[in-house]
Amino acid sequence: MSELYEFDWSSIPGALPLLGKGLLITFEVTLTAIVVGIVWGTLLAIARISASKPLGFAAATYVNLFRSVPLVMVILWFYLIVPQVLKSIFGEGIADIRLASALCAFALFEAAYYSEIIRAGIQSVPRGQVSAAYALGLTHAQTMRLVILPQAFRNMLPLLLTQAIILFQDTSLVYVIGLSDFFGTAYKVGDRDGRLVELLLFAGLIYFIFCFSASQIVRRLQRRYAQ
Amino acid sequence: MAYNWNWSIFLSDTPAGDATYLGWLFTGLQWTVTLSLSAWLIALSVGSLFGVLRTVPNRGLALLGTTYVEIFRNVPLLVQLFIWYFVLPELLPRELGDAFKQLNPLLQQFLAAMVCLGLFTGARVSEQVRSGINSLPRGQKNAALALGLTLPQAYRYVMLPMAFRIIIPPLTSEFLNIFKNSAVATTIGLIELSRQAQQLVDYTAQPYEAFIAVTVMYLLINVTVMFLMRRVEVNARVPGYIGGSR
Amino acid sequence: MKILTTVAASLVAASLFSPAAFADELTGTLKKIKDTGSITLGHRESSIPFSYYDDQQQVIGYSQELMLKVVDAVKADLKLARLDTKLMPVTSANRISLVQNGTIDLECGSTTNNLERQKQVAFSNTIFVIGTRLMTRKDSGIKDFPDLAGKNVVTTAGTTSERLLRKMNEEKKLGMNIISAKDHGESFLTLETGRAVAFMMDDALLYGEMAKAKRASDWAVVGTPQSFEAYGCMLRKDDPAFKKLVDGALAKAMTSGEAEKVYNKWFQQPIPPKGLNLGFPLSDAMKAIYKAPSDKAFD
Repeated sequence: MSELYEFDWSSIPGALPLLGKGLLITFEVTLTAIVVGIVWGTLLAIARISASKPLGFAAATYVNLFRSVPLVMVILWFYLIVPQVLKSIFGEGIADIRLASALCAFALFEAAYYSEIIRAGIQSVPRGQVSAAYALGLTHAQTMRLVILPQAFRNMLPLLLTQAIILFQDTSLVYVIGLSDFFGTAYKVGDRDGRLVELLLFAGLIYFIFCFSASQIVRRLQRRYAQ
Repeated sequence: MAYNWNWSIFLSDTPAGDATYLGWLFTGLQWTVTLSLSAWLIALSVGSLFGVLRTVPNRGLALLGTTYVEIFRNVPLLVQLFIWYFVLPELLPRELGDAFKQLNPLLQQFLAAMVCLGLFTGARVSEQVRSGINSLPRGQKNAALALGLTLPQAYRYVMLPMAFRIIIPPLTSEFLNIFKNSAVATTIGLIELSRQAQQLVDYTAQPYEAFIAVTVMYLLINVTVMFLMRRVEVNARVPGYIGGSR
Repeated sequence: MKILTTVAASLVAASLFSPAAFADELTGTLKKIKDTGSITLGHRESSIPFSYYDDQQQVIGYSQELMLKVVDAVKADLKLARLDTKLMPVTSANRISLVQNGTIDLECGSTTNNLERQKQVAFSNTIFVIGTRLMTRKDSGIKDFPDLAGKNVVTTAGTTSERLLRKMNEEKKLGMNIISAKDHGESFLTLETGRAVAFMMDDALLYGEMAKAKRASDWAVVGTPQSFEAYGCMLRKDDPAFKKLVDGALAKAMTSGEAEKVYNKWFQQPIPPKGLNLGFPLSDAMKAIYKAPSDKAFD
C-alpha cells in the first residue's frame, strides 16, 4: 500500500506568538550584524588600504581568517569564548549567553565580508576625486568622510543589501548553539507537536517571502542606479 | 579559571577503542572533502545547465531556470538541508521513504547533504554561467550560427568554452564556499570536521585544542584550494581580456 | 538600575540581619548569593520529566521542583527577605563548564554523577537512579541488546549511553550503525520516523520521550539495563558550605516523604505536554536513596 503523507497544519496558528518572538531574535541578530559589521568593516577596509604596513597586514589577516573558516565553526568558537569574557567583565551570568555569543559572532564575522565590499567600493572612486579634495585643502580624514565614503557607499549599496539578505539567511545557523531564533523556534514547535514536516516547510516559506521580496527591491535599486 | 592545555589528548584512544582522537579528526576531514567535491560536481553540472537555460531564446525554459535560482537562493541552506533530510523522506510514497530511511545512517546523511549542497551551490553557479554567457559579444553567437552551427553546437563549441574561462575567478570563490558550507551538514549528524570538533569537546572536555585543530584544518583546505585554482586560472586565461595575456 | 536595586536590597538585608547572618564568615557560592541577592540555576530544555519547558516556556519537572526546594533552603539559611532566581538553559555539552566558570550556581536536571565528572564539579546527594535501556516500537521484535546486531540504533551525543553503545559495538562486533543525535528530542524523532529501530538512553528519559509521542501506546522500553546511574545536582567543587546546605535540603525532602510526593506527581500522574501518565513505579534503588540519601557515584 502506498499512502501519502497527511499534512496537519493545525499547530501553526497557536504557535504564531512564539514564532513571532523567534523572528524578532532573527531580526535583532541581523540588524546588529549589519550595523556593527558595516562600521567595523569600514574601519577594516580603511586600515587595509592605508599606508601603514602593520595596520594593513593586521586587517588583512583578520579578514582572511574569518573568510576561511565556516560560519558554523565561528559561532561555536564564540559560544566558547563569549561567556568567559562576559563573566570576567560583569562577574555574573547576567545576559542571555546564547544571544550575546550569536550577536558577537555575526557582527565580527560579517565585518570581514562587508570590509571586502567596502574596500572595492572605495577603490572604485576615481583617484582624481582624492587629488581634487586634497587640492581643496581637505585632510586625509575629511577626504575619506566627505568625499570618498559617500560616493563609495552609493556605488556599493546593492552589494551591501545583497550581503544583508545572505546574512539574514545565515542567522538560522544559530541553531548549532540552540538559540531560539525564527528557525530554532519553528524546529522546537515542530518537535514538540510531532509536526516537524509542516513547521520546516512553513519556515522555508517565510524565509523565501522575506528574501525574495528583499531581493526584488535590490534589483529595482540596481536598475535605477544603472540608468 | 585557568585552562589546562593538553595537546597530547589527540594521541589518546577514544573510549570506543576504534581510533585515536586524531583519527576521528582525519575521518572528519575525509568526509568534509568527499562531501564538498561530490557536491561541487552536482553544482557545476546543474549550474551550467540552468545557466544556459536562462540564456536561450525560449521563455518557458528561461522561466524554469529563474524559478530554480530564486527558490534555492532565497531559502537558508540550513532550512533546505532539513527539508531534504527530514521532510522529503516523509513526503515520498511510504515504501520509497522507508527504504531510504533503512539505509546506513551515514549514507543517508551524506546523500541528503550532497544533493542539498550541490543544488544550493548550483543556483549560484548558474548565475555566474549566465552572466559569463551574457558578457560575450553578441557577434560570437551570430558568427557561430552564420557558419551553420546549430544553437546547441554554438553553445558547445563557441560560447561555453569562452564563458567558463571568463568566470573562473567567481567560480573559485563558489568552490571555496562549498567547503565552508559543508559544515552545515553537522546539523544532521554527518561526522564531518566541525561535528568531530564538537564530539571531541563532548568526550575530552578540551574544547580549545579541538577547535584550534579543526580551524587549522579548514585553513589548510582553503590554502590548498586557492593554490590549485590559481594554477587553473593561469592556464585558462583568455588573451585580450583583463588579467589575460601578459 | 537592576544592579543598583540589587545592591540596595542586599544592603537592607545586611542591616536587618547583620549580627546573626555574619556570625560565621560566608565563603564561596553562599557569599556570592548573599552579596548579589540572586542565584543562577541551570536547567534543561527537554529532559522530560526532569527538567523541561511547558507550553508557556516555564521550566517544570521533577529535578526542577527539587532544585526549587534547595533554593528555599538557601533563602531561609541566609535569612534573605528576597532572593532573585535566574534560570539559564544548559545542554549536555556546556553544563559542566558553565558550573565550573561560575555562570550558574546549581544545576539539577538529568546529569549523571560519575568519577570522571567529579574531577571537574561536585555532586549533591543522588536525586534519581536510572538504568540505561532501549526504547523500540512494540512490534519491532527487539527484546534486548543482542537483537540490535546490524541495525540502525540512535542515542544522544555526549551521554553515557553513547559511550556504552559504541564500546559494546566494538567489543561484541555487533555491526550496529550508531546515530548520535544532538538531543533527546532529535533521538526520538530519529526513532519515530523509522530511521533507527531502537533508542538507547536512561530509562526514565525514554518514558519521558514517550510523553511526546503521537501514540504513546506504540512504544515500549525493553532490554537489560547496561548500567545503573545516579543523577545528582551539580555545583562548584571545593565549596563545602554550599554543598552541605544543598545536601541537607535534599536529604530533608527525601527522608520526610516530600520527594516521593514530587516523584508521584511526575511519574505516576498525567504530565504536560500531552497529559500522559508515565506509569513509572518507584524502583527499589529509588526507595533506597530516599531512605538513606548519599552522594556516591555508581561507577
